[in-house]
Amino acid sequence: MSRIEVLLCAGTACLSSGAREVKAALLEALAEEGLTGEVRIVETGCMGPCELGPIMLVYPEGIYYIRVKPADVREIVREHFLKGRPVRRLLWAGELPESKEIPFFSRQLKVVLANCGRIDPEDIEEYIAVGGYEALSRVLTEMSPEDVIEEIKRSGLRGRGGAGFPTGLKWELVRMAEGSPKYIICNADEGDPGAFMDRAILEGDPHAVLEGMAIAAYAVGAQHGYIYVRAEYPLAVQRLETAISQARRYGLLGEGILETDFSFDVEIRVGAGAFVCGEETALIASIEGRRGEPRPRPPYPARSGPFGKPTLINNVETFANVRHIVVRGADWFSSIGTEKSKGTKVFALAGQVKNTGLVEVPMGITLRELVYDIGGGAPNGKKIKAVQIGGPSGGCLPESLFHLPVDYEALTEHGAIMGSGGIIVLDESACMVNVAKFFLEFTSEESCGKCTPCRVGTKIMLGILERIARGEGTEEDLVRLEELGHMIRDASLCGLGQTAPNPVLSSLRYFRDEFLAHIRDKRCPAGVCPDLIHYVVVPELCRACDRCRQACPTGAAQGTPGNPPYRIELSACINCGACFDACPFGAIERRPGRKER
Amino acid sequence: MITLKLNGREVRAQEGQTILEVAREHGVRIPTLCYLEGLSPRGSCRLCLVEVRNWGGKLVPACATQVEEGMDVVTHNERINRIRRLVLEMLFVERNHICAFCVSSGHCELQDLAVELGMDHVTLPYRYPGLAMDLSHEDYGIDHNRCVLCGRCVRACSEVEGAFTWGFQGRGIQIQVAPDLGGPWGDSETCTSCGKCVQACPTGALFEKGVGTAAQTKRPEVILEVTERRPRV
Ligand SMILES: Cc1cc2nc3c(=O)[nH]c(=O)nc-3n(C[C@H](O)[C@H](O)[C@H](O)COP(=O)(O)O)c2cc1C
Ligand code: SF4
Ligand code: SF4
Ligand code: FES
Repeated sequence: MSRIEVLLCAGTACLSSGAREVKAALLEALAEEGLTGEVRIVETGCMGPCELGPIMLVYPEGIYYIRVKPADVREIVREHFLKGRPVRRLLWAGELPESKEIPFFSRQLKVVLANCGRIDPEDIEEYIAVGGYEALSRVLTEMSPEDVIEEIKRSGLRGRGGAGFPTGLKWELVRMAEGSPKYIICNADEGDPGAFMDRAILEGDPHAVLEGMAIAAYAVGAQHGYIYVRAEYPLAVQRLETAISQARRYGLLGEGILETDFSFDVEIRVGAGAFVCGEETALIASIEGRRGEPRPRPPYPARSGPFGKPTLINNVETFANVRHIVVRGADWFSSIGTEKSKGTKVFALAGQVKNTGLVEVPMGITLRELVYDIGGGAPNGKKIKAVQIGGPSGGCLPESLFHLPVDYEALTEHGAIMGSGGIIVLDESACMVNVAKFFLEFTSEESCGKCTPCRVGTKIMLGILERIARGEGTEEDLVRLEELGHMIRDASLCGLGQTAPNPVLSSLRYFRDEFLAHIRDKRCPAGVCPDLIHYVVVPELCRACDRCRQACPTGAAQGTPGNPPYRIELSACINCGACFDACPFGAIERRPGRKER
Repeated sequence: MITLKLNGREVRAQEGQTILEVAREHGVRIPTLCYLEGLSPRGSCRLCLVEVRNWGGKLVPACATQVEEGMDVVTHNERINRIRRLVLEMLFVERNHICAFCVSSGHCELQDLAVELGMDHVTLPYRYPGLAMDLSHEDYGIDHNRCVLCGRCVRACSEVEGAFTWGFQGRGIQIQVAPDLGGPWGDSETCTSCGKCVQACPTGALFEKGVGTAAQTKRPEVILEVTERRPRV
């Protein structure tokens, strides 16, 4: 038995910040001190706070080390492992020691992510040791397919891939659909920029997804499953492959699972990575080997999936919830959350907050708790003004709505969406015109081009936003944006076009004054839009160091060394900001409003 | 048999029929562009959108949506008309549809739709992308500036001729139809020069070379005539 257990995060982010090197150094240091047999090292999936990696969690105490470098490892081994004195300078926020005491963790509720960062995802024994495949075995021996569907329905689980469709109802539709064979698809395309909840689950706990799929297959009467993963996720693919072959060896996939007459197997399909390929009908086209292009629904995949067969398609996180519902019961699951949104949701928290990374929270938690308690508030003393929630087609909600709960209906009603779980926190340095423009740029680039409103309409909206950002917009433009936004939402063929206007419509709804400042006053209040700002030298701060003059490409920054203040000749200034970046004394100020020409 | 409501009136239809087929049988005209009888529906232009009242007012393409028992369909109202007009405007401004200079003027479905929907001027900004023409084929040419991306050529070529020459390339506003995944049409190894794509094309995008404006009439009906003579698989 080992005395100490070291969990080393081997998620994609920690690997790129040097987890492998840390492990090598650790093995070396342990050998040097003769501790090799006493310390067990487990490489786990993502632990969450990716920016603080590489991360190392040491048991039995549960001590949380962050930003561990190979050079730190010898100290940890000598001080902590040998003498029992944790290395303070590497602890999270200098606090000792249990992760329970860190608010980032204590406000979270880990169900789906419970195993991520706790077990070795490449070892099925570890999964089984923490109760893995218990749900599948219970389902196959004690429950009828109808029982399973009833339990999922009662739990209130809804799809985590974006639209929030009731999962049990979807399973029932597939079960009742005529035709065979039937298919199960796990949607692991995860195309939202900045999103990595599904990747973390696949990398950290792949068996949970396989188990959920097998249970679903039993419930709907399918024998064949696909996992559609994007090519950018090689580690997830590799861990899934390992998990699938281990599960087959243990008789948990394949013919006659757990010695019953139920058979089910899974095949991985690696997708080429266009955002729209995550849309279910485009994904199905891509599985069939056709261009990844959506088609009108109905018919829904439940009636007509690949090769026209009834198909259940669910998201990674949806499947990962299933085993917990079976084992702990629908009542337990539905006790978490709000009236219509049950269980937990994983979010990728990003933007202007202290703690960024992956978090899992109970539904119903308020945006304020997410941003301030878990996120830790603004890192730089600036005021937080909004969250953009729901991925590239989500909406921007202002600080005055931070009392809203994380709940499908509440978010939709206010112009945002749950989406797949992206949250970007924006502070006062963000310009909402620019934010709206940024997201629409993304969706219009990712439009597949099939239907007219999305293909042409998003580009027209983008053109209007660009004009407003240049200070050339009119108030009628705002009305036009709303009219086009509603039309594109109603008339587009698939969810991409139907949701693409959200960031614009919600920004217009809550931050109209910022749009009007660009239009009427030719000012970008946040000082972001390059055509609506100007630079000036603050005379009292200028030390005449000449750096600005040297940096300026047009000769607009002028002065004589040693003879303050310098000045900026606005007629020559092109607003590039080179002087602003070059000034070591903060003497150059970026001010809202167009320069006088 | 299925019973549904069409503009408030109870009508009966066969299972498997589309809303468009049922509407036509009952003398209700719904504008279409990407739809062509004899080809599979694509549901992409969005001109045929109709409202299903008991689906929460969801808009669905009549050409690609099968009727269901109890459906309550509205084919024309203020909201639908406004959306159709905007769709049409979008198609007009996307590329270059100055009819006076087009070989198909007078025989163009886009022009006809403008008349039908009463679109006498355009309120959206023109894009004028200035795309290239491909005149490399011996008998036919394509002017991408006139293409509305309906995909009728693509489907006529694959579903009827079985040549699979035409396909879509690129995405978003950059999307184009292209022979054999790019390259000049004249170099195509799969094209049989049957001309079905030209007949299927609703605008002057695909045209027959050396034929003047007056004679550039197309017969999209040939697609249906050909497919009807064939045993259905
Ligand atoms: C443009 C677009 C992209 C999507 N991308 C994803 C994705 O990456 N992963 C996902 O699970 N669902 C995605 N969806 C939603 C799927 O179409 C589908 O609703 C979902 O996979 C169903 O699973 P669920 O019910 O478990 O959420 C996307 C939808 C759209 C319109
Ligand atoms: S809404 Fe956009 S992505 Fe979806 S089918 Fe239409 S063009 Fe393609
Ligand atoms: S070339 Fe003609 S038929 Fe082909 S997509 Fe363009 S408009 Fe449609
Ligand atoms: S005719 Fe139905 S969508 Fe084009």
